[in-house]
Amino acid sequence: MTATSHHPGLNLGASDTAAHEAAQEVMFGFWIFLMSDLIIFACLFATYTDLSLHGIATAPGPRAVIDLRSALIETGLLLVSSYTFGQASLALKYNSRPGQMVVWLIVTLALGLGFVGMEMRDFATLVGKGITPQQSGFLSGYFTLLATHGLHVIAAMVWLVVCLTQVAILGLTKAVKLRLMRLALFWHMLDIVWIGIFTFVFLIGAGL
Amino acid sequence: MTMDWWQFALLGKLDWDSIVFVHALTHPSASEFVAAAAGCAAVLGTLAVMILLTVKDWWRPLWQDWLTSLDHKKIGIMYVVLACVMLARALIEAVLMRLHQSIAVNAPGYLSPEHFSELFSTHGTIMIFFVAMPLLTGIINYVMPLQIGARDVSFALLNAVTLALTSAGAALSMVSLVVGKFSTGGWTGYPPFTELGFSPAEGVDYWIWAVSLSSLGSTLTGLNFAVTLYKRRAPGMHLFRMPLFCWTALCTSTLMIFAMAPLTVATTLLALDRYAGFHFFTGGAGGNLMNYANLFWLFGHPEVYILILPAFGIYSEVFSTYSGKTLYGYTSLVIATMAIAVLSFTVWLHHFFTMGQSADMNAFFGIATMTIGIPTGVKVYDWLFTMVRGRIRFTTPLLFGVAFLVTFLIGGLTGILLANPPVDFSMHNSLFLVAHFHNMLIPGVLFGMFAGIQMWFPKAFGFRLDDGWGRRGFWCWAIGFYMAFMPLYALGLMGAMRRTAEWFRPEYIPFLAVALAGAVIILIGCALFCVQLAVSIRHRQTLRSPIGDPWDGRSLEWSVSSPPPDWNFATLPDVRGRDDFTAQKRAGTAYAEPAQYQDIVMPKNTAAAPLICIAAMLWGFAMVWHIWWLVGASLVIGWAVVIIRSFDECTEKTVSAAEVARVHRAWLAEVARTIATDRLDETTPANLGLARLPK
Repeated sequence: MTATSHHPGLNLGASDTAAHEAAQEVMFGFWIFLMSDLIIFACLFATYTDLSLHGIATAPGPRAVIDLRSALIETGLLLVSSYTFGQASLALKYNSRPGQMVVWLIVTLALGLGFVGMEMRDFATLVGKGITPQQSGFLSGYFTLLATHGLHVIAAMVWLVVCLTQVAILGLTKAVKLRLMRLALFWHMLDIVWIGIFTFVFLIGAGL
Repeated sequence: MTMDWWQFALLGKLDWDSIVFVHALTHPSASEFVAAAAGCAAVLGTLAVMILLTVKDWWRPLWQDWLTSLDHKKIGIMYVVLACVMLARALIEAVLMRLHQSIAVNAPGYLSPEHFSELFSTHGTIMIFFVAMPLLTGIINYVMPLQIGARDVSFALLNAVTLALTSAGAALSMVSLVVGKFSTGGWTGYPPFTELGFSPAEGVDYWIWAVSLSSLGSTLTGLNFAVTLYKRRAPGMHLFRMPLFCWTALCTSTLMIFAMAPLTVATTLLALDRYAGFHFFTGGAGGNLMNYANLFWLFGHPEVYILILPAFGIYSEVFSTYSGKTLYGYTSLVIATMAIAVLSFTVWLHHFFTMGQSADMNAFFGIATMTIGIPTGVKVYDWLFTMVRGRIRFTTPLLFGVAFLVTFLIGGLTGILLANPPVDFSMHNSLFLVAHFHNMLIPGVLFGMFAGIQMWFPKAFGFRLDDGWGRRGFWCWAIGFYMAFMPLYALGLMGAMRRTAEWFRPEYIPFLAVALAGAVIILIGCALFCVQLAVSIRHRQTLRSPIGDPWDGRSLEWSVSSPPPDWNFATLPDVRGRDDFTAQKRAGTAYAEPAQYQDIVMPKNTAAAPLICIAAMLWGFAMVWHIWWLVGASLVIGWAVVIIRSFDECTEKTVSAAEVARVHRAWLAEVARTIATDRLDETTPANLGLARLPK
């Protein structure tokens, strides 16, 4: 068998070519899902961009809404969580026992929780100041873009909990390993989307 | 806690008056009685099916062999059945609208303006999302894995789940016949009309959730087909050896992956406006309806090619099969298909030339639109040259093909007219436009799907459809089409606008009358297809073609029995070139016994998909009526099914090599017993599905 049938990062046993080929199909499918999901974010970014320029009406604009300090901490949490998930992926590849990987995953989960908690606190602060998505097109776009990303992170955390449960009950079966690998892709994609949000919404918004 | 509070908590906005029958009694009028009759038809139809299932004792087979099945062939057939049911409804709505418009000249007609608006909204929504999409998805589902030599699609469960989501959306649009009303905002659902301020009732919400469920389903379907086409091809089935239908399936899937997402975003943001008071598309507070128009058509234009490309694929198979020739200009057809798929993302703005962009912007999109005419023209010539010097048999599928060539050309030329912004300014939203897009979609989608159904029906069921009744149905469709839509071009040029409930110009009357007659003839054509199906089922013994190759086909799906075994191929084919099955037949290697048989792993049946269908439908219904406890409950149930299923480690079954060999040898023995028939006798009872090669 050719080297390409070996899926990078997958530890299904050196000689198990059939399993690697089956894995390719699943992973490829998930890449396509990510592309489609990114289109959703692209549309939300486009909508946000337009509304942040033309949709402010009489409500507060980007500058009044953005808390750069909080966004920086959130970015840090998410970037570190990507690193810890990377460590978990390495542990999945090189260790036959799940212990180390589970530890990294739990750290990732905690960082994700921290991120979602911070984001919810930001929303609560804004709502407390009377800044709600119902006030203007811009605020609708702002809350929707961020909340869509946040919902994705929450979905990924639920998925992570399901996977941890499966590691505990079923052990590191082929199916569970593949799910973890896809979750890793998903997690890193959300990180990339966040970089986009941090740049477009926060950094550029703070300059507006 | 008042009574009202409890009622809202339990039933949301639902009350007795929401039920169409009660509403007809409390507000009696001709329009309401039509609505009540439609509701009756929906309820009685459902009851009739349930009684039939009970009397015939078919509930168990329905569940075991169909609803829980993950077989791509069965899922494909279920998609087509769903589409046919919805087609019947949307066609009747079309006739009701034509009837209304033809008598509503200086008179109010028999439908209230709201009811008329509801009819054109459901007609459009259903025709696009619940007729055209399920038809093409069903046919691709059935045919494509067989054509590329695969045992199933890549993700069998996902395939069933996408059917579940589409069915839930369709069911929601059917429920709106009985409980409440559907949207009056057209199939495009443009705000600000569809915002709460102008449409406070549940109609738009029905539209939003029916469309959202279906678009979610289509996105995942596209993903599944694309992965199947990239990863499941049989050994030797290079991309450029695939039948053209597979290429069009690949392009359509790619478009689905990229184009359905903007629709999901558009409907979700509209829902946020309506449910949570956001301001994406409202007139005030910075909301901008142009964002909706852009998002919607960013989906809407590629959607046109999602619909048309698979039909192009079917026509390619039809022209080549029924002309007994290899497809002319294969490579140019592939390139043209790809070019159309790419260009489809560059033209969306031509749907709203009149909505305030600069002239330069309009010019760009106008030119891009005309550019699409080039690859489409290439295709038409390729199909014509495929027929040149062929040994053509004018059976039903080819008749549809020829009618398509002529009719689609006319539609294409009117499209080139509309692509010119100054011309479009005077025709925009007139019946000229309505005539144009029906002129594209009826030959470009429906005729193609009908041709496909006529051609592949014997593959799926083991007996042919009666060709005589098929031709009669064809003539009704073809003549009915011209009568129904050519007058609309004239009316459009006379100034008649689309979606108009009442006219004030008596000179429209003759045109409207001809259009009504045409719509009735189309309806008769639809009825004749039902007759064809009934006659064919009754005469299935004389029409049987179990060997599987009734039309002297060229691609792999004809090389297996009809219907194919669950696992499609006893051994995966080793493909040597294009039109591989024809080459095998010429070389005498078709129907050869494989050297050895192997165990085959197939997916087991699962109740997950039908459960998700029920949960999705309940969720949509609860969202429409603001029944929040049910929204939460159905969401939890739907996702619980997904999660619980992921704990199931035993999702596959193994078919033993001995079983595969037994089934295959029985079929090979039948092949050996069967006398081959000439192509020219293919509609006679002698055609058992074994083709005699021409000398």
